[in-house]
Amino acid sequence: MRRKVRTVRFLAQSYNRPPAPSGWALSFVPQSVPGRVVTAASATEIAPEDLGPIYRTMLLARSLDERCLAMQRQGRIGFYAPVMGQEAAQVAGAWALDPADWVFPAYRELGVALVRGVTLDELFDQFFGNSADRMKGRQMPNHYGYRDRNFVVGSSPIGTQIIQAVGAALAARRRKDPIVTIPFFGDGATSSNDFHAGLNFGGVFQAPTIFFCQNNGWAISLPRSRQTAAKTLADKGVAYGVPGVVVDGNDVHQVFRAVREARARALSGAGPTLIEVQVYRLGAHSTSDDPHRYRTDAEVAEWKKQDPIGRLKHELIEAGQWSEDQDAKLLEEVRAEISAAVTRTEAIGPADPLSFLDDVFATRTLQLDEQRHQLEEMLHSGLVKP
Amino acid sequence: MTEVTLVQAVNRALRTAMSADPEVLLLGEDIGVNGGVFRATEGLLKDFGADRVIDTPLSETGIVGAAVGMALYGLKPVAEIQFLDFIYPGFDQIVSELAKFRYRSGGQYPCHVVIRSPYGGGIKGGLYHSQSTEAYFAHTAGLKVVVPSTPADAYGLLLSSIFDPDPVIFLEPKRIYRTVTGEVPEGDQRVPIGRARTVREGTDVSVFAYGAMIPPATEACQAAEADGVSAELIDLRTLVPLDAGAVLASVEKTGRAVIVHEAARFCGYGAEIAAILAEKAFFSLKAPIHRVTGFDTPFPYALENLYLPNAARIRQAIVDTVRAG
Repeated sequence: MRRKVRTVRFLAQSYNRPPAPSGWALSFVPQSVPGRVVTAASATEIAPEDLGPIYRTMLLARSLDERCLAMQRQGRIGFYAPVMGQEAAQVAGAWALDPADWVFPAYRELGVALVRGVTLDELFDQFFGNSADRMKGRQMPNHYGYRDRNFVVGSSPIGTQIIQAVGAALAARRRKDPIVTIPFFGDGATSSNDFHAGLNFGGVFQAPTIFFCQNNGWAISLPRSRQTAAKTLADKGVAYGVPGVVVDGNDVHQVFRAVREARARALSGAGPTLIEVQVYRLGAHSTSDDPHRYRTDAEVAEWKKQDPIGRLKHELIEAGQWSEDQDAKLLEEVRAEISAAVTRTEAIGPADPLSFLDDVFATRTLQLDEQRHQLEEMLHSGLVKP
Repeated sequence: MTEVTLVQAVNRALRTAMSADPEVLLLGEDIGVNGGVFRATEGLLKDFGADRVIDTPLSETGIVGAAVGMALYGLKPVAEIQFLDFIYPGFDQIVSELAKFRYRSGGQYPCHVVIRSPYGGGIKGGLYHSQSTEAYFAHTAGLKVVVPSTPADAYGLLLSSIFDPDPVIFLEPKRIYRTVTGEVPEGDQRVPIGRARTVREGTDVSVFAYGAMIPPATEACQAAEADGVSAELIDLRTLVPLDAGAVLASVEKTGRAVIVHEAARFCGYGAEIAAILAEKAFFSLKAPIHRVTGFDTPFPYALENLYLPNAARIRQAIVDTVRAG
């Protein structure tokens, strides 16, 4: 599938189809359920020429993480939720979609956003909350949406987007739009009301929805084992009549196949699929979190061996399509792009101080007009400062 | 013009909206085959089909969340919550999502859902079929809150709500679903949101009420004539956005205010009306503001007649307020 909406580019070089990642130490074996693990046999493969752009997007996400964590520590942005460890899951998962599909993200979907064509400038506008931010400086970093990219604006409450995606899918079906909706959420969200409601409604109404669950092992400090006694999160689909599949989220191929198959299934009218994408949150929950309180460095180190970026890089090198030299150059290029975006967006002024009184309703009420006027006077007299 | 009950007016408004716009659809529990437990959606499944009158699983989170998704996509969903008392599983979707989508997206994602729900006491519904918790919703930025008290207003305000660009919590006073009747127009005749209605004019005291409190308040105002008091009755109709101009103008004229609602008193909607009057009409006031409300308790089953304001209590408050100064 050729992507229409994309800002990421890769080298002009074309790729041969890479072999299976035989050299990769696959110590991670998904807790598979017989018959429900996506296998290569039934797969739709990533187009070989897309592997490069996918890798580049993953590297871009990783580099953004590094930069943003540093900037948060420097006090230049207020908050950040890193995506590290989930790049393959997000980029390959989003790659399998059509631009017309509706993405319902949580707040850790940087990789998805990049695939949907959200630009670096747009991201940093949002992180800074400057006057160019489409969210008008109202939301914490990582909470963004772009209607023209079919990337619905997210929120902080966990799981709320799951049932909303089902509603949107039913609306799309009613309009006969051949699209799917896809909520992205984590293992913690599978304990929420909205997960239950979403899967239940999805099953009852056979909604064209793909439930994309990134089981990254931790919901802040709680391990996956404390969210449910079920053997896998995919198992939870059974009770809703929604097929569940488990995939290794560090493998772009598995994730891509699973989404493509679920998408075809949804569009055929056969209903939704729950995909449990097994990954690991290599970073902290957010810049406000200290994971040393609840997990060991040894555990993290073990998972780092399966780093999705290292894994795809290895695959590409093994296939003779990539080299360490090229990789170092790409990293440099990506970092320079980020620096340029930071320089541009950090220079943009803050949101208009009166703008936070807009968009509560389609038009301001008399009460809001009055409060806007009061704020204007307070600003004028210096009683308050932005 | 035909004479109908309030619940029939709701039904007619839904029918009118659905006939006018194929993107209007309904979802809720027991609204299809059963026509709603109060019959508000009677006959609509037959006429508009199961795609537009959707019987949902028993989940308010699901009803509201799905309606939010539909609205984001561009449809005009009207969700029914069977009793306001059952809305709380959907509260997060209402407060964190529905109310904030437009705002948090910088205006990219309007979310025009109407949530209809029967509310209030007086039907021997006990703790969980009687509550009047409009203040929760009125307190949340981004929600409009509408409460009709007549068939004509139920019809015209529901049509306005369905075609409004913002989310609307539409509270239906179930106690008077069938006890008040009146004429409703044919076709898409709307009553604007945000405008209070003067039920009767008076010169000595302003009475502010809404929903199921309008009949006892009307009776009280009439009875107060025997006490030599001319009471003006204002039906607020829209709690958000409040028609503050109508409230202030009335009190500037009468100099006295009695506020009536069946919800608990503490931090009830009446507190906001009283505060606005204290802030903006203080020098017009000749007497302390008086509230006639429910009690600060859960809703009692066997003793609901003691909990709910009645005409006698309202009349007493009117007379006391006028005599106070």
